[in-house]
Order: sequence, then structure tokens, then C-alpha cells
Amino acid sequence: MKILVCISNVPDTTTKVKFKEDSTLFDDSGVQWIINPWDELALTRALELKEDAGNSVDEVSVIHVGGAQTDATLRKALAIGADKAFRIDACAADAYYVAGQIAAYLKENPFDIVFSGIESSDYNGSSVGAMIAEFMDYSGVSSVTSVNLDGDDVILYRAIPGGKQKIKAELPLVAVVQKGIAKEPRIPAMRGIMMARKKPLEVIAATEMEMLTRSVKFELPKAKGACKMIDAGHVEQLVELLKNEAKVL
Amino acid sequence: MSVIAFAKNWNGKFKNSTFELVSYTRNLASQLNTQLIVVSIGEVKEEELKSLGKYGAERIISVNDPQMNTLTSRVYAQVISKLAEIEGADTIVMSDNESGKAIAPRISVKMKAGMASAVLELPVSMNPFVVKKGVFSGKAFEHVQIDSPVKVITIAKNCFGFIENQVDVSIEEFSPNLDAALFKIQVLEEEKQTNKVNLADADIVVSAGRGMRSPDNWGVVEELADALGAATACSRPVSDEGWRGHEEHVGQTGKVIAPNLYFAAGISGAIQHVAGISRSKCIVAINTDPEAPIFGVADYGIVGDVMEVLPKLTEAVRNSK
Ligand SMILES: Cc1cc2nc3c(=O)[nH]c(=O)nc-3n(C[C@H](O)[C@H](O)[C@H](O)COP(=O)(O)OP(=O)(O)OC[C@H]3O[C@@H](n4cnc5c(N)ncnc54)[C@H](O)[C@@H]3O)c2cc1C
Repeated sequence: MKILVCISNVPDTTTKVKFKEDSTLFDDSGVQWIINPWDELALTRALELKEDAGNSVDEVSVIHVGGAQTDATLRKALAIGADKAFRIDACAADAYYVAGQIAAYLKENPFDIVFSGIESSDYNGSSVGAMIAEFMDYSGVSSVTSVNLDGDDVILYRAIPGGKQKIKAELPLVAVVQKGIAKEPRIPAMRGIMMARKKPLEVIAATEMEMLTRSVKFELPKAKGACKMIDAGHVEQLVELLKNEAKVL
Repeated sequence: MSVIAFAKNWNGKFKNSTFELVSYTRNLASQLNTQLIVVSIGEVKEEELKSLGKYGAERIISVNDPQMNTLTSRVYAQVISKLAEIEGADTIVMSDNESGKAIAPRISVKMKAGMASAVLELPVSMNPFVVKKGVFSGKAFEHVQIDSPVKVITIAKNCFGFIENQVDVSIEEFSPNLDAALFKIQVLEEEKQTNKVNLADADIVVSAGRGMRSPDNWGVVEELADALGAATACSRPVSDEGWRGHEEHVGQTGKVIAPNLYFAAGISGAIQHVAGISRSKCIVAINTDPEAPIFGVADYGIVGDVMEVLPKLTEAVRNSK
């Protein structure tokens, strides 16, 4: 069985977001790039499934759509333990385009399970995984918090409002995963970093594909007004303010 | 041309987010000078469907099929796309929740329709079609232009509110003849906590962090939540430590929520935490450290120990009722 994990390359979560060229472009100067936190958890879980001798997972690879500057992120995925990395050489500007590129690759090189994170922490599109499922005509399960294999079936938990559902799905499958899927993301060890240098990072030419959306401009949120302080000995004043000033009680 | 709103139900019932969706799309359809069609999938009683008339749903198409009570994104996307084709709909709108996230991208691919998710207000412009959405986990906003003839958007909670606009409702039934092979996922069991207020839907949330010092201290958090009819939540280290369940973790890597009122008790206000709560209408911070960054994003603050302040607050809330 082969598992493919979609990787998005995103600014570190502590990044102070700035824009340039009249607020039409993200200013990436000085930005540290990381594997999208959910994708990192997905990769961790995929590797756990591979290591479990009861399963027959023989490959865990990662795929990413982006330019050469993102190779460091893919090397990190290899250092964490992925067998191969594929980079489709294109600018990831629109979810439909990105999903279409990955689907085009999958059509030629089938995988049994595709993992994707619930969203990318930069543009928060929440759509690539489910789009791949549709391009491929695969089943898909979203909001996945746990994945286990049972022969050729996949047993998943999916979060629903106020609870969860246990689901059995057939392969091939796209699982869009979120928090809970793995306990903590794996950190590359020295040996992994050494081995990653020898692992294949294949660069694939992009397929002809349309973009359906475009970014027009960015805005930063308005500065928030000062915080009104209430004395700890007079909390009833807070209740009063929440009722009559903020009108939220 | 018309606007389709997909009204998701939960065990045959609609929620406030559905009423917001109908209010939003009613307004959108009026601005576009076109018809609004509300689509419901799975078994829903006529009376419940009619409740959407209060927010302007004149025409409802109901796929009243028990086989479709559980969300199968592939099936739902097929039904909605089919209806969009029959009706010539060019704008498809749903709520940004578990189901919207699963279905909207599939419709986007099926109909070659550009998509924008978690839209924050009515479109900034109709022609070209430009919407505003949050990016970088709440740190910024982006104006996204959708260029395709058909557009799919999901709308964020509390982006519009609900506006009453009573109309007479006409309900049509639709049976889509679907391929049984599409139902490839099977729900084996379902667990639900029915006694608790659901975090994603809650108007008030009481959230606590590492400042609580021990999972044994959570009684004061639960009591305040109980007095307010609020949901409980927590910061990431609290769920990582197993003090509280994962479903309570809010922030950039947990749930992103937008309640009317958010209490942050013993939470420092790290940027990744704030990313998940910055769309709250009102934030109250309780922290022993007057320099804690959470006071920089809060509307009201109390410098004090959670173990003393929370019980007093619970009492004050109870007294004010
Ligand atoms: C990639 C990444 C993603 C992350 N995602 C998230 C996320 O989604 N959500 C999230 O929450 N965090 C996230 N974090 C972690 C985040 O950076 C912070 O570490 C975390 O939010 C801190 O949690 P806390 O405020 O509960 O704890 P602390 O930072 O330890 O703060 C505890 C606070 O309690 C106060 N305090 C102590 N004792 C008392 C008392 N008796 N009474 C009142 N106040 C008291 C202290 O003054 C302090 O401000 C992420 C980090 C990374 C690197």
C-alpha cells in the first residue's frame, strides 16, 4: 500500500505578516518557512502506519506544488521519514490549480491513500484535499481525527458537531486530517537529516491548467481599542459592562 | 441565473448558522437581481423547512431521502451540482463548517467553479465578483476575485447575522437517481456529548489555559460556563497535556471560533492562540500578569488569579439574572 501526503510550505506561525507592492503581495523577506502544521501531523501518522508491522504500507511519499525555493521544506519531510518527495514545479496560486496538478500526477502514479491537511495556515483555503478527491473520483473523508488500517479498509474517526463518527472507507481514499491525527509532529533526527540528502526529490513539470481565482489585494486588521481594566474585587462591574456596554450577555 | 444556498441539517434540524446562510443568500440574490433556491439534503420535516421562510427562503428544494441523512461529500456534491445545472445557478453558497469544507471543493471541481472559503461579508463587488476572506489565520484579509462563470463560496460564522424577512415558502421534492457505488463510506458508530454546549456553535465560550495549573482546577471553569450557558475551550498545551480533550483546543492548529463573548482565563495570548479567537465580538482576559499579551487583544481585562476571579464571576453572573 502507498500513502501520499500533500505538503504545503507556509510561513512560521509566529511570522509578523506584511505586504508589499501596494498591499497586493505577501512580503516574504525574513520569513522562516515550515511544513504546514496539519501536513506535518499527517506525515507523522502516515509513517506510524508504515512502521506498524500489522499493516502493509510500503511507501510514504510527499508531494508539493511550488518553486525551487521550497525544496528545504521537502528535505525536512524526507528527514522526518518520507521515502520520496515530488515537487511539481509551479506557483501555487489557486486551490483548483494546485489540486489539479496533484491529481494529474496521481492519475499517472496511483497511490492508495492521499492525506491532506484541513487547511493551509497561509491562505486558509481548506479545499485542496477534497478537490483532489473530486478530480480523481475517489471517496473522501474530511475532518479526520484518527486513521487506522484494517486490511484493505480504512477505519477513521471524523469530527462532527459535538462528537465524532467512526467510519469505514474503501480504498482509494483521500483523508483530510486535523488535530488528533497524531499526537505530536515528528522532529527530524540527525540520522534522518543525513539520509534525506540521498533520498529522491523529484521535480515534475507542471500540467497545463487554468486558475479560477486571483488575489486582488490584502488588508491588515484595524488596531483594536484599549482593553478596559476592571478591578478583581469588583467583578460585578464586568457583568454590568458585558450586558449594557458590549451587549453580549 | 440564480443563487443556491445549501442548508445543512443536523438530525433533521437547522441551526443559527443555517438562518445566517439564508439571510446572507437572500440579500445576495436581491443584489444580483436573481432568485434564491435553498437546497436541503436528507430527511427534514416540512415544518422545519418552512422555518427558513422567516429569513427569506421562498423556494426550497428538498431531497428528502433517508439514505442521505449522513454526509457523504461525494453524494452531496453531486446532488447540488445537478440542481445547479438544472436551475442554471451560478452562485453556490454554504456555511463554512465540517460539511461545507467537504462539499464546496468538490462542487468547485465538478462545475469548474472558482471557490473562496470562510468569506467574511457580502461580496465587495459583484462584477467582477470579489469577496473578502481571512488569511494567515486571522492576521490579515484577502480580497479574492473569482473569474469563472460559476462561483462557490462558504461563509464564516457571524459574518452577516440573521435578518428576519418572512416570506411564503414553496417546497419542491427532488429525487436525484444516484449511483449506489458512490456511497463508499459507511458510518459504523456515532458518539455525541449531548449535555454540553457545542463549541463551534456557541455564542459564549469560557476558555482556560496553563494558568489553571492543574486539570483538577477545571471545576471553576465549568461552573462559569454553566452559569453563562457557554461552551468550554482550552489552549493547546492544555489539550496536549491531556488536561482537556482535543475537541476543546482553539487556535491556529485547533478550532477557529467566532463567539459573541470569549473568556480567556490563565491564557497568555500567544499569536497562535489569538489566531483562533480574533473574530470573537468581545474578549475578556483574566490573568495574573498585567503584561500578558492577551490584554492587547482583549476588550475587558481583570488582573487576578483565576481561582479567585472565576468563582466570583460565576456568582455575579448568577446574581444578575
Ligand atoms: C506551530 C504552532 C502552533 C500552535 N497552535 C496553537 C493553537 O492552536 N492554540 C494555542 O492555544 N496555542 C498554540 N500554540 C502554542 C502557543 O504558542 C502557546 O504556547 C500557548 O497558546 C500557550 O498556552 P497558555 O496560554 O495556556 O499557556 P502559557 O503561555 O504558559 O500561559 C499561561 C498564562 O497563565 C497566566 N497565569 C498563571 N497562573 C495564573 C493564575 N493563577 N491566574 C491567572 N493567570 C495565571 C500566566 O501569566 C500566563 O499568561 C502553537 C505553537 C506552535 C509552535
